[in-house]
Amino acid sequence: MALLAVKGLKVRVKEREILRGLTLTVNEGEIHAIMGPNGSGKSTLSHVIAGKPGYEVTDGQIVFKGEDLLKMDPEERVAKGVFLAFQYPVEIPGVAIMTFLRTALNAQRKARGESEFTTPDFLKKVREVSKSLNIPQDMLKRGVNVGFSGGEKKRNEVLQMALFEPSLCILDEMDSGLDIDALRIAADCVNALRSPGRAMVVITHYQRLLNCIVPDVVHVMSKGRVVKSGGKELALELEASGYANFRGRGLAVLRIFR
Amino acid sequence: MTLALANTNPECPARDVFTAALGRLPGAGAVAYARARAFDAFERAGLPHQRLEEWTCTDLRVLMRAVLPLAPLPDVAALVRAKAAVAQTALEGAAKLVLVDGVFAPDLSDLAAFGEGVDVKTVPEFLEYPAGADLLITFATDPMISLNAAMVTDGVVVTLGDGVALSPPIQIIHVATQALSSAFTRSHLKLGKSAQATLVESFVAADGASAYQVHDAVIAQIGEGANLSHLRVVADAADATNISSRIMTVHEKATVSSFNMTYGGTVTRYQGFITLAGARSELSINCVNLLNDTQHGDTTLVIDHAAPRCTSEGNFRCVVDDRGHSVFQGRIIAKAQKSQGTMMTRALLLSDEAKADNKPDLQIFADDVTCGHAATSGALDDSLLFYLRARGLPEKEAQALLIQAFLGEAIEEIADAGLREFVSARVARWLETRR
Ligand SMILES: Nc1ncnc2c1ncn2[C@@H]1O[C@H](COP(=O)(O)OP(=O)(O)OP(=O)(O)O)[C@@H](O)[C@H]1O
Ligand SMILES: [Mg+2]
Repeated sequence: MALLAVKGLKVRVKEREILRGLTLTVNEGEIHAIMGPNGSGKSTLSHVIAGKPGYEVTDGQIVFKGEDLLKMDPEERVAKGVFLAFQYPVEIPGVAIMTFLRTALNAQRKARGESEFTTPDFLKKVREVSKSLNIPQDMLKRGVNVGFSGGEKKRNEVLQMALFEPSLCILDEMDSGLDIDALRIAADCVNALRSPGRAMVVITHYQRLLNCIVPDVVHVMSKGRVVKSGGKELALELEASGYANFRGRGLAVLRIFR
Repeated sequence: MTLALANTNPECPARDVFTAALGRLPGAGAVAYARARAFDAFERAGLPHQRLEEWTCTDLRVLMRAVLPLAPLPDVAALVRAKAAVAQTALEGAAKLVLVDGVFAPDLSDLAAFGEGVDVKTVPEFLEYPAGADLLITFATDPMISLNAAMVTDGVVVTLGDGVALSPPIQIIHVATQALSSAFTRSHLKLGKSAQATLVESFVAADGASAYQVHDAVIAQIGEGANLSHLRVVADAADATNISSRIMTVHEKATVSSFNMTYGGTVTRYQGFITLAGARSELSINCVNLLNDTQHGDTTLVIDHAAPRCTSEGNFRCVVDDRGHSVFQGRIIAKAQKSQGTMMTRALLLSDEAKADNKPDLQIFADDVTCGHAATSGALDDSLLFYLRARGLPEKEAQALLIQAFLGEAIEEIADAGLREFVSARVARWLETRR
C-alpha cells in the first residue's frame, strides 16, 4: 500500500478553488519532486497535507499509512510521521530555539507513546545534526528563526527534519534562499535521511536541487492539478523548455496520463 | 451567603460593618478620630461606581455589591491552614511577615531575620504612638482608601535606616482562611537615604477560604538615593475580591522597580499612586494580568512626575481568556521639566468574549517633557500557532509557549533571578491549568 495517497483532492480558500482534483501517490522509500509555475498550488497541497486551518476540502481524500489524514489535527499528523519544511518559516520571538526543539521533539515522542529524551541525549543529538548542517552553535541560542537569514531559516527546517525522523518529508522550496554551498550541505543532510522506509516530496523550481537530491518521480503541477508525471528526465525537459507546454492544457494532459 | 444577607441596612450597610468592628480596631484618641472621619468620607461616596472617572470600568456596586464584615480572629485551626498556604507561597530565603485574615501572625513570621538598622512593628503597636494616626492617611478622596483607613486591623511598619541594605527580601504574605468575610490591612515601608530593600507581597487563600474580600494598602517612602525592588503577586481564591492601593513617594535619585502579577480573585483592583517627588528619581513598573473564567482584573496607575528629570517606564501586559475582563488605566502627570515617561500596554485575547480596556492617559503641564504611550490588542498569531502544531505541539501547548513568549518580555525586566523564577513558575502553573 502507498505511504501517501492523495485522491481527487479539491480545496478552496475563501471561495476560490485552488486544488482542483489533485491525485498523487507516494510509496515508501521514494523521492518525488513537484514542480510547477508560481501559484499552481504546490504550497497549498503541502499545507493541506500538514493540516493548516483555513482550507476547505470539498472533495477527495488523503490517506497516510492507511489512515484518513484529513480527520487528524496537525500535531497528530506529525506524530504519525508527516513533516513539512515550510517555504516561509515564521519567526517566533521570545521562544528560544532549544526550548522549542525540545518541546516539539518530546511532544511527538509522547504522542507516539515513546519516552522523552533526557537532556544530555537531546543536546548530543542537536549538536550532531547542527554540526552536519554547518549551523553555528550561537544560532541555537536565539529565538526560533528570529533574525535568521533566509538560508539560515531553511537550514533550521532541515535540522528539525533530521531531529524528528519523520516517515514523510515534504520540502517546500528548501533551496530558495540557500547559497550554493549551503544547498549542497542541506542536500547531503536530506540524502543522509533517505531510507527504505522514508519518502520525500521535494517541491522546487530548479533542477540544481534535483541534481543533489535525485528524484524517482517528477510531477508537474498546473492550476491545482498534477498535469504530468515522469522520471527524473522530466525535470531536465522543464529546465530546457519551461512550463509553456503545460500551462492551460491541464485537462488534456491529464486525460493522456490517466 | 447568610452573612451578606444580614448586612442589608439600606442606608449604609457598611456602617453596620464598621460599627460592629469598632471593638476590634486598634487605636484610641486621634487614631479613633481619624478612623471615624475616614469612614464618614467613605460613607459620603459609597462604593465606587462607573460614573466616577477613576472607576469607569470597575463598578464595585455591581462587582462587589457590599462590604463584608471582618473575618473572625484566626483560631488555631485557621493558623494551621494558613501555615500550609504560607509554605506554598514562601519565597526561598525571604524574611516573612504573615497576616492571616488581616491579623499579624508572629509564629508564621520571621521577625528574627530582620537585623541591625531595620525596625519592624505591627500596625496596632504603631498606632499607640502619637504619630500613629499618620498611618491612616487617605488619598485623593478615593473611597476605598478611606474605607481601608477606617477599618484597618493590622499590618506591618518596616523602617530601614539610612544606608541600610537589607539582603533577604521582605515577603508580606496575606492569607485568607475564611469565607464571606473581609480583611483590612495596611502596611508602611520606609527606606532611609541610600537604603536598599526587596519587598514581595503575596495574596493567597488557605484551604477552605472562599468569597472573601481583601482590602489592603501599602504606603511607601523611598528615601534619597534608595533602591526598592518590588514584586506583588495576587493569587487569591477564584471567588475572592482584592482591592489594594499603593501610595508611594520616591525621593531624589531613588530607583524603584516594581512588578505586579494578578491571576487570582474574581474581582481585583490594584491602584498605584506614585509620586516622583525628588529630582532624577527612576521608576520602572511592569504589570501582568492573567485572567480567565469571569475574572475582572483592574490595574490603575497614576504616576506623578512632580520633580524634574525623573523617568518612569510602564509596561502592562494582559492575557485574557473565556469571559475575563482586564482593565488598565495608566496616567502620567508630567508637571516637572525634563520628565520622561512611557507607558506600553499589550493585550492578548484568547477568546472572542475576552475583553481588555486599555486607557493610557498623559497630562502634561510642562513644555520640556518626553512622554508617550502605546497600546496594542490582539489574538495569538495563527501562523505561529500552526508552525508549532506542525512540529507536533498540541494546540494548548503551542498556545502556552506563545503566551510565555508574550509575557517573557515583561518578566525579563525583573532583575533578580530569584524573583524572576518565582514569577515564571507561577505563570507556568497558570498555563498548566488551562490545559
Ligand atoms: N490564504 C489564501 N488566501 C487567498 N488565496 C490564497 C491563499 N493561499 C493560497 N492562495 C492562492 O492560491 C494559489 C496557489 O498558491 P500556492 O502558494 O499554493 O502556490 P505555489 O504553487 O506554492 O506557488 P509558488 O511557486 O509561488 O510558491 C495562489 O494563486 C495563491 O494566491
Ligand atoms: Mg509555494
